[in-house]
Amino acid sequence: MSTNDPTRNRTALVLVDPATEVRSSVLELLTIARGLGRVEAVTLEAPTVEVLAQLGAYGVETVHQAEVPTDALAAAGGDGARHLPSVVGATLAAAVRRTDADVVLAPATFGAKEAAALAAHVLGAGLVIDAAAVGEDEAGRVVAGKRVFAGAWDTRCVVTADVAVLTVRANAVVPEPAAAPVATEVDPLPVALPGTAGVVVTSREVKERAPSRPTLEEAAVVVAGGRGTGGDFGPVEKFADAVGAAVGASRDAVFEGWFDRYIGQTGVTIAPRLYVGAGISGAPHHRGGMQASQVIVAVNADPEAPIFEICDFAVVGDLTDVLPQAAAAIRAHRDA
Amino acid sequence: MRIVVAVKYVPDINADRRFVDCRVDRDPGVGTLNELDENALEAALRILDALPEDERAASEVVALTVAPADGDVALRKSFQMGVDRAVRVTDDALAGSDYFGTAAALAAGVRRLEADGAPVDLVITGMAALDGLGSVVPALVAAELGRPAITLAKKVDVADGTLTVGRETDEASETLTAPLPAVLSVADTANTPRMPNFKLIMAARTKQIEEWSAADLGLDPAAVGAAGARTEAVSATPRPARPEVELVVDKGEGGTALAEYLIRNELV
Ligand SMILES: Cc1cc2nc3c(=O)[nH]c(=O)nc-3n(C[C@H](O)[C@H](O)[C@H](O)COP(=O)(O)OP(=O)(O)OC[C@H]3O[C@@H](n4cnc5c(N)ncnc54)[C@H](O)[C@@H]3O)c2cc1C
Ligand SMILES: Nc1ncnc2c1ncn2[C@@H]1O[C@H](COP(=O)(O)O)[C@@H](O)[C@H]1O
Repeated sequence: MSTNDPTRNRTALVLVDPATEVRSSVLELLTIARGLGRVEAVTLEAPTVEVLAQLGAYGVETVHQAEVPTDALAAAGGDGARHLPSVVGATLAAAVRRTDADVVLAPATFGAKEAAALAAHVLGAGLVIDAAAVGEDEAGRVVAGKRVFAGAWDTRCVVTADVAVLTVRANAVVPEPAAAPVATEVDPLPVALPGTAGVVVTSREVKERAPSRPTLEEAAVVVAGGRGTGGDFGPVEKFADAVGAAVGASRDAVFEGWFDRYIGQTGVTIAPRLYVGAGISGAPHHRGGMQASQVIVAVNADPEAPIFEICDFAVVGDLTDVLPQAAAAIRAHRDA
Repeated sequence: MRIVVAVKYVPDINADRRFVDCRVDRDPGVGTLNELDENALEAALRILDALPEDERAASEVVALTVAPADGDVALRKSFQMGVDRAVRVTDDALAGSDYFGTAAALAAGVRRLEADGAPVDLVITGMAALDGLGSVVPALVAAELGRPAITLAKKVDVADGTLTVGRETDEASETLTAPLPAVLSVADTANTPRMPNFKLIMAARTKQIEEWSAADLGLDPAAVGAAGARTEAVSATPRPARPEVELVVDKGEGGTALAEYLIRNELV
């Protein structure tokens, strides 16, 4: 690197929330951040030992842990309020001010998007939502690549403000630890809550994540079931387990009560290496959330199913025949 | 009760959506009301429907958009669903706004409505605009107005000056409250938008749409539009079409063919 390399003095902050588990989306953010400059992390709570070890492995020397006034937090409903976008946003802004960072990276969850927007608002920063790639131009300005219109267009935009705040979608890069691990220190970061918050969390029930399967938004392989399952997700889940995939659904299947999370424009947006849709017609709303997948495969009984228009490989057939046969063949191949 | 619903004019997701010179092509042939804003309109109308008759008579729902003149399509549709008033903020100075410029214009529109009449108790938005899928404008409008925001509502209650919302995030099931005035975004799971009846469709044709400029709202032209934007699009290119699909008709070996495809391409 030359001495006038703009990356050398850059500090990139990565939002790690929650700080109680290592998420692959966070490891991706840390990997991207290291490519931009020095990396520091921001948390809303004490990181667990595992999280700290991972942060060290990914080159993070400093974790800025928010210290929110307890009375303000109590007024907002206690511990559950810690993850409100207004609190996270205020924390990110405070961390930027303390560190003089010029880049903030956050994952692409709804909550993180809002927090990123609120931080960018008070900082006068440029905001990019759901970048698929992050780099810089010759002038040292942050440049983000985005996939839009259901993955049909590639756009690039530069951040013209001094500070860039970006949310980055999962599967943008392959996580890579630093060349050598570093010791990680946790620094308390005093955060004043914005007076206008006014929002009180009166109840909060944290959702369990299925421990045996990768999470939908982060998985490299996703198998999704739709109305064509007729309500039986058994074949979809068994096939998913044979290929080590996360399971998702169409919105219709979720509205029927057959599954809990759906993929699509208003559900989870995914961009895995492989997407397999079974008994899903491929409505534009659904496509909007998965069309950026690298390889798209479908199983559908209708030879005219619209999803075939965007597939790399497809089987016209009954998913209750096709999926179990495929799962068995994959297991046999693996055991061979 | 006075409610403003922010509605966006976007290209229909079923149409061939494109960029021209790095900006979303707003070809009026394919422009429409952002579908997710129908959930916002429905939420607003339900709050008013639940009021006693005299209170309902003293209440109003105003649809507000920041759009070029073609954006009237979105406002006509809002009239068809039953809003009382529709306002379009249009100005060359607003072209090329980023999220902050849009939020500033929407907030200024709300303030202008308040300057001319009663306070606005609620600003309701959709969960996302289907062109950019940002899901950040509601929180930013709230920040501009200095009011609390609750987003992605699945269940909405308004009583005694308090907004109570049930919602499902990726992380948790939550109940949140905020004092009015507040900003609310509703998820697509919140309700099923009503079908306009014949009477409303006919009436919507002749309803007046009010138009305000940036100057009417006291917006600094340097702070909004392309001039105030903190990001700049530098390229937009259509992705190459996917290669022709490899289609196998299952005659007893479809599953095996699927497995072979995945193994051959090292996907499993
Ligand atoms: C505002 C709005 C937002 C929306 N957002 C989303 C979203 O984010 N995500 C989403 O998914 N949807 C969304 N939708 C709904 C979307 O428009 C479609 O209705 C939905 O995706 C269809 O689900 P499906 O493909 O499971 O059902 P269908 O369209 O009914 O398709 C079922 C398919 O299964 C096939 N099939 C039937 N039996 C079998 C069998 N035995 N084996 C194999 N195939 C079989 C059929 O041929 C058919 O193609 C939204 C809708 C609206 C209005
Ligand atoms: N130009 C606009 N005019 C009116 N409302 C808008 C505009 N842009 C965004 N909104 C509102 O904000 C919501 C979220 O938009 P976004 O943050 O852009 O995804 C939309 O569903 C609309 O209710």
